[in-house]
Amino acid sequence: MSMNEFEDVLSTAAAWRAAGELVAIATVTETWGSSPRPAGSQLAVTKSGRMAGSVSGGCIEGAVAEAAMKTIESGVPQLLDFGVTHERAWEVGLACGGKVKVFVEKLN
Amino acid sequence: MTPDILAALEQAKRDKRPVVLATRLPSGEQRLLPDPAAPAELNEAAAGVLASDENGTHKIGGEDWFLHAYNPPLRLVIVGAVHIAQALAPFAAQCGFAVTVVDPRRSFASDERFPGVTISTDWPDEAMEALRPDSRTAVVTLTHDPKLDDPALDRALKSDAFYIGALGSRRTHAARLKRLTDLGHTEAALARIKGPVGLNIEAVTATEIAVSAIAEIIAVRRGSPLAPQRGT
Repeated sequence: MSMNEFEDVLSTAAAWRAAGELVAIATVTETWGSSPRPAGSQLAVTKSGRMAGSVSGGCIEGAVAEAAMKTIESGVPQLLDFGVTHERAWEVGLACGGKVKVFVEKLN
Repeated sequence: MTPDILAALEQAKRDKRPVVLATRLPSGEQRLLPDPAAPAELNEAAAGVLASDENGTHKIGGEDWFLHAYNPPLRLVIVGAVHIAQALAPFAAQCGFAVTVVDPRRSFASDERFPGVTISTDWPDEAMEALRPDSRTAVVTLTHDPKLDDPALDRALKSDAFYIGALGSRRTHAARLKRLTDLGHTEAALARIKGPVGLNIEAVTATEIAVSAIAEIIAVRRGSPLAPQRGT
């Protein structure tokens, strides 16, 4: 038994891609303060709406999935900044009070 | 992520070779490290990330690089294919450990009892010799039988295993420590053994004992004050 499916988001994403899905991967690249998921945590999203993994306790998953859709369309990666300085901070609501940066890229 | 990078990453995973995926932010340009063609500073930072297993963004040569460590899985060696092992193996796998169950008693160490788990029916000292526990390995003995537990603990103590736990009451454990002392282990070395195994959650059932054992393994790995070194 090697690394478990539950945490191995990249392998799940790769399998989806191999099956013909359009896939984006979001990765936490930096955190400040109380953030539930450490740097390296990943969320994979498909155009068809499948999701695996997480980049937060759930508070920013919706916004990240939305951004992932854009990256799937355009192929252009994005570096999202969730925190008090971000215009979406209140809208998105990091209830934990932390700040987090998330890199979103398409799996080509 | 390009297909080439993804394929190389998946290959490293299959080879159990530690690699770092370096992503330049915000452009998203990626490369795998170590790479002799990469700047020394980048390779050095990658080595640090692999050693600490902590991913993060590093400022290197005026650029932001996100360094993501892909280490081979942590390992857990369970000696004793007993009831608690049946509960512990899947918990550990869920937590990301590659699990090996060691027990020369084939009626215990059967695929039926441990579906999907790597099993060794070698004698524990031989099994430990082959498995070579390292600083990313935890070892737990569960047999209660000195003939099986002691050689495993002896080898574990001679290794860099980050966690060594032994099931057994305080009295059993005291007797065990005496036998291991006779094998030449010092008091300081024996303090590495967590015995009785597991965090004290008043566990009763096999499943509960497995929860307390995996919790203690995680606590030690993450440096939690819940798992202080005993006997020091």
